[in-house]
Amino acid sequence: MVDIQNLSKCFKVGNDDLWAIKNVSMHIDKGEIFGIIGLSGAGKSTLIRCLNRLEEPTEGRVIIDGTDITSLGKKELRTTRKNIGMIFQHFNLLMQKTTYENIALPLELIGASKKEIESRVNALLEYVGLEDKRNVYPSQLSGGQKQRVAIARALANNPKILLSDEATSALDPQTTKSILDLLSRIRDELGLTIIMITHQIEVVKDICDRVAIMENGEIVEISTVEELFKRPKSKTARAFINSLSSDIQEEFIKPAEFKGCILRLSFWGDIVKKPIVSHMVKRFDIDVNILSGNISQLMSTSAGHLIVELTGSDEEIQAAIDYLKAHDVEVEVM
Amino acid sequence: MLELLIPSLLQTLYMVFFSTLFSLILGFPMGILLVITEKGSIWEKPTLYRILDGIINILRSFPFLILMILLFPLSRLIVGKTIGTTATIVPLSIAAAPFVARVIESSLKEVDRGVIELGHSIGATVPQIIFKILIPEAMPSLIMGVTLTIINLIGYSAMAGAIGGGGLGDLAIRYGLYRFQTDVMVVSVIVIVLLVQGIQYTGNKLASKISKK
Repeated sequence: MVDIQNLSKCFKVGNDDLWAIKNVSMHIDKGEIFGIIGLSGAGKSTLIRCLNRLEEPTEGRVIIDGTDITSLGKKELRTTRKNIGMIFQHFNLLMQKTTYENIALPLELIGASKKEIESRVNALLEYVGLEDKRNVYPSQLSGGQKQRVAIARALANNPKILLSDEATSALDPQTTKSILDLLSRIRDELGLTIIMITHQIEVVKDICDRVAIMENGEIVEISTVEELFKRPKSKTARAFINSLSSDIQEEFIKPAEFKGCILRLSFWGDIVKKPIVSHMVKRFDIDVNILSGNISQLMSTSAGHLIVELTGSDEEIQAAIDYLKAHDVEVEVM
Repeated sequence: MLELLIPSLLQTLYMVFFSTLFSLILGFPMGILLVITEKGSIWEKPTLYRILDGIINILRSFPFLILMILLFPLSRLIVGKTIGTTATIVPLSIAAAPFVARVIESSLKEVDRGVIELGHSIGATVPQIIFKILIPEAMPSLIMGVTLTIINLIGYSAMAGAIGGGGLGDLAIRYGLYRFQTDVMVVSVIVIVLLVQGIQYTGNKLASKISKK
C-alpha cells in the first residue's frame, strides 16, 4: 500500500545541512496499523509529512497505492492528497467554524452539493459519536472531542490511508484510549491503512500491528509489536519498553494505603547526579520511604523518577516540598 | 453652533467612510499578498514580497500632510479639484492603504499555522486556503484592524481639514483657533472623541461577538 524507498530529507540551517531523515525504506501493507515511534527530534514528524509532501523529500520515493507521490505535479498532488487523510497533535480545527462546518470543509473544496455534504457529514458525526455537538464551536469541545472532529474531517473524502501525527499526545490516558479504539474501528470497518507516529509506547502497544523505531533520522528497527516487546533489538526500543514497566509500577501505589504524603518526583539533567533526597532528609525533620524509583537514560540526558512517602509535621513536609522545587525537581503530590 | 457642527460632522463621516472603503480596497489585497508571498508561506514569491514591503514602508514613512500635498495632482486627475471634502478622500485613501496592508498582514499572520497545514493536507488550492481558511479564521482580528483603520482615518481627516479638506478638524481650526471661538473648538474635539469612542466600542463588540475562540 505504501512503499517508502530510500527517503531522505535535508534542511538547510544557515550553511549547514541537517539530515532530518536519512535513507529510510519500508513497506506498509494494506489495512495495517503501522507505528513509527521515536523521541522528539528523531525525524518522525518530518517522515510522515514527506508521505503527503507537506515536506518535500530531498531524495527517494514514496509510492502510495501504485502512485509515485514524489513525482506528482502540484495539481495531481492536491488530488492525491484528498485520498490521504491526516490528523494532528493539536487537531488543527478551524476555531471560527462549527463541528459541522469543520467536517464539511474538505467536501466544500471539491465542490460537493449542499445535500451531499449534509448526508456525508451527518453520517460522519454519527460514526465518531458527536451528533449532539453538530453546531458547537471547537472551543467548547474537550480534547478528545476535538480529535474526533478532526478524524471525521479526515475521513470526509473516503481516504484509503490515514496519517496520524501524534494524534493522542495532547490527550489524557483515558481519552487516548478512546481515540485509539476509534482508530482501530476505522481500520476494521473501513479498511483504512493507518500510519501513526508517536512517542508513546502505550499507543504502539495498544493498536499497532508493526512498528518502526526511529532514531536520529534513521529507522533502527522494524518488527511486529509482539516481537518488539519480546526481543527488542535496539537500545531505543529497550528504553521505551522500560519506560512502560515503570509506569505500571506506579499504578500499584495507592496513596490511600499510606499514612504519609506520597510524592512523585521527576528530575533530569545534572540533578540526577546530586544526592538531593539525602540533603532533604538532613535538612528537615521528616522521614522518607522510597516506594519506587528509576533513572532512564534518554538520548541526551537522564531522567529520574522517584515515588516517596514523607512522614512528619505538615509544616516540615511543605518546607521539604518547597526545597525540592527550589532545586528544579518536579513535585507531584499523589 | 449646531448649524456649524452638523455639516462638519457629515463631512467628516463622508470622508472617513469613503476613505476607509477605498483604503480597504487598495490595502486588503496588498495585505494578503504580503502574507502569502513571504518566504515559507503558501505562495512564496520573495522578490514580489520585497518590492511590496519596500513600497509600503516608503509610503508609511511620509508624514501625512506632505503625502497629501504630493498627491494633489492625483486628486485633480480623479475628482477634478484639490480642495474640498471629496478631493481629500484621494490622499486619505492612499495614505491609509499601506497602513491597512500592515494591519491585514498582522491579522492574517495570527492564524495558526496548523490550519494552513491542514488546508494543504486536504488538497486546498492557494485561493481556497486564503478564502476558506485564512480570512474566516482571522475575521475577529480583521474587524479590530478595520476599527483601527477607521479611527486612524478620523485622525487623518482632522489633519486634512487644515489644508482645505473640511470636516470637524477644519471647524476646530477655522473657528476655534483662528477666530478664538474656544467653545467651537471644544465642541468639535468632543464630537471627535465621541466618534472615536463609539467606533472603538462597536468594533470591540462586533469582534468579540463573532469570535468563537
